[in-house]
Amino acid sequence: MLSINNLHVNVDGKEILKGLNLEIGRGEVHAIMGPNGSGKSTLSYVLAGREGYEVTAGEILFEGRNLLDMSPEERAWAGIFLAMQYPVELPGVNNMNFLRESLNAIRKARGEEELDAVAFMKLVREKAATVELDDKLLKRSVNAGFSGGEKKRNEILQMAMLEPKLAILDETDSGLDIDALRIVAEGVNLLRSPERSIIMITHYQRLLDYIEPDFVHVLADGRIIRSGGKELALALEEKGYAWVLEEDAA
Amino acid sequence: MKAQQDEVNDLVKAGYEHGFVSNVASDTLPPGLDEDTIRFISAKKNEPEWMLDYRLKAYHHWLEMEEPDWAHLRYDPIDFQAISYFSAPKKASDGPQSLDEVDPELLATYEKLGIPLEEQKALAGVAVDAVFDSVSVATTFRQQLADVGVIFCSISEAVHEHPELVREHLGSVVPHTDNYFAALNAAVFSDGTFVYIPEGVSCPMELSTYFRINEAKTGQFERTLIVADKGSFVSYLEGCTAPMRDENQLHAAVVELIAMEDAKIKYSTVQNWYPGDENGVGGIYNFVTKRGDCRGDRSHISWTQVETGSAITWKYPSCILRGDDSVGEFYSVAVTRGHQQADTGTKMYHMGKNTHSTIVSKGISAAHGQNAYRGLVRMGIKAENARNHTQCDSLLIGDQCGAHTFPYIEVRNPSAKVEHEATTSKISEDQLFYCRQRGLKEEDAVSMIVNGFCKEVFNELPMEFAVEARKLLNITLEGAVG
Repeated sequence: MLSINNLHVNVDGKEILKGLNLEIGRGEVHAIMGPNGSGKSTLSYVLAGREGYEVTAGEILFEGRNLLDMSPEERAWAGIFLAMQYPVELPGVNNMNFLRESLNAIRKARGEEELDAVAFMKLVREKAATVELDDKLLKRSVNAGFSGGEKKRNEILQMAMLEPKLAILDETDSGLDIDALRIVAEGVNLLRSPERSIIMITHYQRLLDYIEPDFVHVLADGRIIRSGGKELALALEEKGYAWVLEEDAA
Repeated sequence: MKAQQDEVNDLVKAGYEHGFVSNVASDTLPPGLDEDTIRFISAKKNEPEWMLDYRLKAYHHWLEMEEPDWAHLRYDPIDFQAISYFSAPKKASDGPQSLDEVDPELLATYEKLGIPLEEQKALAGVAVDAVFDSVSVATTFRQQLADVGVIFCSISEAVHEHPELVREHLGSVVPHTDNYFAALNAAVFSDGTFVYIPEGVSCPMELSTYFRINEAKTGQFERTLIVADKGSFVSYLEGCTAPMRDENQLHAAVVELIAMEDAKIKYSTVQNWYPGDENGVGGIYNFVTKRGDCRGDRSHISWTQVETGSAITWKYPSCILRGDDSVGEFYSVAVTRGHQQADTGTKMYHMGKNTHSTIVSKGISAAHGQNAYRGLVRMGIKAENARNHTQCDSLLIGDQCGAHTFPYIEVRNPSAKVEHEATTSKISEDQLFYCRQRGLKEEDAVSMIVNGFCKEVFNELPMEFAVEARKLLNITLEGAVG
């Protein structure tokens, strides 16, 4: 469903992605690991369509459509969801209203009816319970004054509400204690489905103990230099990245 | 960053909705100001001697004064001799007796502005006193209000019909010596609104006045006087628009509010005067003095303003908290875009014991807009246990605009408490991207963030006007996305 071919991306004139290739099938869970500065976050932003990332070569096809021609909101309508590493605060914007506007914008784009208030409330309560997000946080401004863990759970709540075809989790585990990590991971596992693909970007093997990936890739210096199964993550955890980098250089 | 830039550019270019000119034959005085001008205005209105004397006294005082230059505003000097000080739509008699006598084109103008002048069309419970240039054209709901003893009429009528009330209160809150523009207004004010709410009466409907400057090169100097007697309540809304002109037009109004014991006045303004074009040509110079006197114990005055128009805004709706336990409030949203400049805020004079004031100011600047909050909180010697809370937030859109805060705090009573909070933020690229990633269009995202920022102030507006204010803000931001 997602096909990235020879992707080259510049940020501020500096090449960050240098010919990245990646194929993701429907229902698959892929983990992308790699050292700092390897281009992991750049990849997630390019997929979501953030400005300031200049694609100099290559293509990205999503369900056969050219993703690079689409605005960020068009990509969201098409079913791409990015859970951010640092969820943004929107002071004064009610969390529940934001979710509702967002859900209805996406439903509208899919040609579905907007949800009425009663149906929406029922859905949001049900989903919030799966990530153990307090009702009070639904009434507050989006992410404003939320703890790190609450912000991440709020991201997973949004994902659960919007039911994307492709979810990208950008370092969702960063800054979480072990309990919060478990809750977030369980929330994600509930969303695993043969219809939904997931890309997990992470530094650590730890997350993969909770969300078991089908494939693991190592991203280094702007390219995927090695791909494998879950065992690759375990090897990385044990030996670090150096040996992969060395073998790649050889 | 490019999206931000485009958005800023489009904000500047967003059209001015109310920029049409009505083709009504007017009775306009040639430009210029001297004693004869004032005598002409007074004679035109058939005023009693005391009123003319008041005007002349103010005029002579004004001649001695200097135009203030302390505001954070830049504009070419105003030529007060180039302004016409009186303009009235021509009509057969001295004033229309019913709507049938009003020029149909005038009614069409109000129709375009969305003012429901005809009674049957009036918004449920809103009485309108429409001021077209200098003369009040029609007043609706007069009878219904008269039944409960509420007086709601033009100030010119009040001078004739209720001279004792006008003489007692006019200039008692804003004396003609108060400031340069207030003195000018006292000398040449053409018309305005008078409201009197008798003791114990809660006004049964929202009162509303729409002002409109139509005639080119006309200054508008309206005067509003609202007196709420003991234990009464009134909610009043003014809305303002003006047609597009290349010249700058001067608007120097004075509003006086008086609240007796246990009375409450809620005064809401939605100001959308022509702001000038994208190069900063034309637009209204809005130099306004608004002040409320909480004269009685436990009285309450609340100002709410949404300022989206005018090339220049110079305006500080204030409260004198004279009565013990009296309450003053100021809620403000001021938007500057294009080359608009606003220097606005409030003054809270705490004189009585246990007086409370709340200030919430939200400034939004886009493009080359300059927005300054200027506020004074003064705790007098006798203001035992007085309290003030000030919250002053600025939102910047783009990188060429400015936000400035000038808070003045004077405390002369050791038991008084003053709190001041201020924040400045930008609609960030992060926020816009976040919203868009969740499926919202960029302009919906901007509107959502801005409305969220203004929420505390909109909550203070009467419901139907809150809807109007939100709509106005959205129109302002319309086409914000390229």
